[in-house]
Amino acid sequence: MPFIPHTEEDVREMLAAIGVGSFEELFDEVPRELRGRVGASVPPGLTEMEVTRLMHRRAERDGSWLNFIGAGAYEHHIPAAVWQIATRGEFYSAYTPYQAEASQGTLQLLFEYQTMMASLAGLEVTNASLYDGASALAEAVLMAVRAHKSARRVLIPATVNPVWRKVVRTIVRNQGIELLEAPYCSAAGHTLPGALEKFAAQDLAALVVPQPNFFGVLEPVDELADWAHAHGALAISVVNPVALALLKPPGQWGADGADIAVGDGQPLGVPLASGGPYFGFMACRRALTRQMPGRIVGETVDTDGRPGYTLTLQAREQHIRRSKATSNICTNQGLMVTAATIYMALLGPAGLARVARASHANALALATKLAEIEGVARAFSGPIFHETVLRLPVPVAPVMRALKAQGILGGLNLKHAYPELGDALLVCATETKNEQDLAFYAENLARIVGKRQAPRSGALKPTNS
Amino acid sequence: MLIFELSRPGRHSKGLSPHAAPGQGAIPEKHLRAQPPLLPEVSELDVVRHYTGLSQKNFSIDTHFYPLGSCTMKYNPRACNALAMLPQFLARHPAAPDDTGQGFLECMFELQELLKEVTGMEAVSLAPMAGAQGEFAGVAMIRAYHDSRGDAGRREILVPDAAHGTNPASAVMCGYTVREIATDAEGNVDIAALGSAVGPHTAGLMLTNPSTLGVFERGILEMGTIVHDAGGLLYYDGANLNAILGEVRPGDMGFDVIHINLHKTFSTPHGGGGPGAGPVGVNARLAPFLPLPLVAEAKGAYRLLGDADRPLSIGRLGAQLGNAGVLLRAYIYARMLGLEGMRRVAAFATLNANYLMAELRKAGFELAFPRRRASHEFLITLQGLKQRTGVTAMDVAKRLLDKGAHAPTTYFPLMVPECLLIEPTETESKRTLDAFVAAMKEILAEASENPALLKNAPHTTPVRRLDDVKAAREPRLTWKSP
Repeated sequence: MPFIPHTEEDVREMLAAIGVGSFEELFDEVPRELRGRVGASVPPGLTEMEVTRLMHRRAERDGSWLNFIGAGAYEHHIPAAVWQIATRGEFYSAYTPYQAEASQGTLQLLFEYQTMMASLAGLEVTNASLYDGASALAEAVLMAVRAHKSARRVLIPATVNPVWRKVVRTIVRNQGIELLEAPYCSAAGHTLPGALEKFAAQDLAALVVPQPNFFGVLEPVDELADWAHAHGALAISVVNPVALALLKPPGQWGADGADIAVGDGQPLGVPLASGGPYFGFMACRRALTRQMPGRIVGETVDTDGRPGYTLTLQAREQHIRRSKATSNICTNQGLMVTAATIYMALLGPAGLARVARASHANALALATKLAEIEGVARAFSGPIFHETVLRLPVPVAPVMRALKAQGILGGLNLKHAYPELGDALLVCATETKNEQDLAFYAENLARIVGKRQAPRSGALKPTNS
Repeated sequence: MLIFELSRPGRHSKGLSPHAAPGQGAIPEKHLRAQPPLLPEVSELDVVRHYTGLSQKNFSIDTHFYPLGSCTMKYNPRACNALAMLPQFLARHPAAPDDTGQGFLECMFELQELLKEVTGMEAVSLAPMAGAQGEFAGVAMIRAYHDSRGDAGRREILVPDAAHGTNPASAVMCGYTVREIATDAEGNVDIAALGSAVGPHTAGLMLTNPSTLGVFERGILEMGTIVHDAGGLLYYDGANLNAILGEVRPGDMGFDVIHINLHKTFSTPHGGGGPGAGPVGVNARLAPFLPLPLVAEAKGAYRLLGDADRPLSIGRLGAQLGNAGVLLRAYIYARMLGLEGMRRVAAFATLNANYLMAELRKAGFELAFPRRRASHEFLITLQGLKQRTGVTAMDVAKRLLDKGAHAPTTYFPLMVPECLLIEPTETESKRTLDAFVAAMKEILAEASENPALLKNAPHTTPVRRLDDVKAAREPRLTWKSP
């Protein structure tokens, strides 16, 4: 019996202590016709050895790839210590720290996390995490609408991750909130403050400002945050936490800073893992604290006057406020935050900046190499962080298939999300790529694109490598 | 000591980050930050020692009995973690083509099938990233269903007064108003009250069964008829699925939509507060509305379904598939249990709860529902003890920490005064349960002889009782350099 320790004698003694003759009697309050119908199609149990073999076979089938896809989830090196510590049983198998005296490890770690994340974002307050970046953005939209006295419209640029925009729609659609889409400059690849003027007459609760945006391009964040404030709206920033090692923090955007910062914490030590679990982070200015969803840890003292940590400001939360809570959220993504905190502590300010700089340098180098291929060009002129959009002279999908045959995942095809861009590809390179990787990608893309541009065969530009 | 207090300017574990990139890059000056972020400057050993030390200040399943009612703190098998962290699984990008993840997707498809089978539902989506998100998805599907029929007058969700706080909060996020239904003296939903509450305004009823009071709703079939006859749908909150796994299926009880907390019933780790996973199951009439993505199979090939395949879906709840790594752990757990293992879950969880309830009653504790059978958990009330000695449920909970057991859930459900909700789970041995009973007996004696000992508990934890009022009145939410 896997994971059930009872011997036959234990069972006899326990049934006798209860005063029943059999397991059957324990279920005597359950209507008879409901019992015992469970699933013959559930396969028989496997031993640990058998399931190990099964899972290894499946993992091996998925193989290993040279990955250049970013689009909201980023491959970074994760130091060995991160998950060795995070999966210690004391972190891994603990519950939400409601019993503070028995949870000081998790609570202090969350307090340290909040300090690190608030500093990265340049804002005063953060919560202890939300599910992921996309749902964190949805919560930020709800929070901004709660904080605004009248407006129920939120302006979201088309340069925000298109999947995240869908998630926001799913989560806020039943609350009478209207989402408006702001266009982007087709030359620069970012939002133009001037193009927002047509929304100026709308009563807006918030403007969302991504940095970098989904195309990898840096937005004119100072102007956009100021535009939001000039129009009575909050500025919600969507940021990459690794980029924040280099980039101006949202709290310092424009004259007054962004009001809320959200993003996906995955780049901070969380593996790609087919999409999760990741974690969403959220920071805000102090005045918005009581509108914030999710758990928050605060420092206090115990009866001996010693410092300690506890969940606080719980009057916002569902277990206290029920239907009047700021959100229905109950869990945070505690274990992922544990990993992220250890990751940030291991790297420190210098290490995280090196990760960001190396990623930026690799993306620039890759963009330059690929744009040298005949017919391939960068789609936008705006400055980038570690991701860029390329236009190909041929349809993207078959090129991606041909690259995959060489073990390369070449990027994200933008055909469905941004049909107006034509044959466009979103490509990312982080610090995990070396010169050989970039060269291997460039050689293969040149060959594949060259072959597909049949009428102009052999039209390769010389490369400078 | 906080990690920041170990920091020394200029210290840096250089081997953990890449070599310094040449050149300045191409980020315009106006975009750069002026001050580095406040991250500690410490060595790798500092970090390992600091966080290992912090971990040792936690109670956890791996170190302590953790009878936290409604949370199903059962053993998290180590194999599930080891196998979900195989390098190929960890390295796969979520936007990588489906044909680079057939092994992973096969696991996800089979998990959908397994969950359908053990819950008696017609279709399952793995997308929700937590129980509360599953609730949101479930209620959003109820709304989408009524809206699709032009039945727009249904604006109210019914919730028993014993329900988890997430139930009303989720209903409100879907634009509904909430009406609470009273509980009768035996811990059942008051069926007469339910009958008079339903009507053409009823969108649905959210119900946990067994309930948060630790008893099975004996009138479940009648309740289903009342709600369905009024045109409403029946929502099953899977928080207590561990009580019935292998014995009774929500689908057979008449539920139209359910969520399952994999971090409870399927033994994935609670991780200090998450990540969880809250897959939703539905019957055929709600299947078109399931959240995306779903995993489909054709001729042995697996693929993710999106908007184009499912135009009526309520949409996406997160950027990716869901908490994939949690789902993998649940899948591995389900495969290790198999049919026979699953059939034993409810039986032994119920055996342990009823044994513990019987022994605590013998020890002098007052049961909240003494005439009822326990489900996988049960409630005791310390109201009498409080009247006699002044000792509260909180004091008993804190004293238990000194005795080496995590406290049960306290003061929930809200309508039972001075309550402890106790859930031992099936993975605990009789010996552990007996030790807990012995500790509770000692506490009962201490309550009469030396109540101050309990009032001032805990005594042995890294900190003593904390000032929660100060924490909320003067919020200190980040560390500031002195």
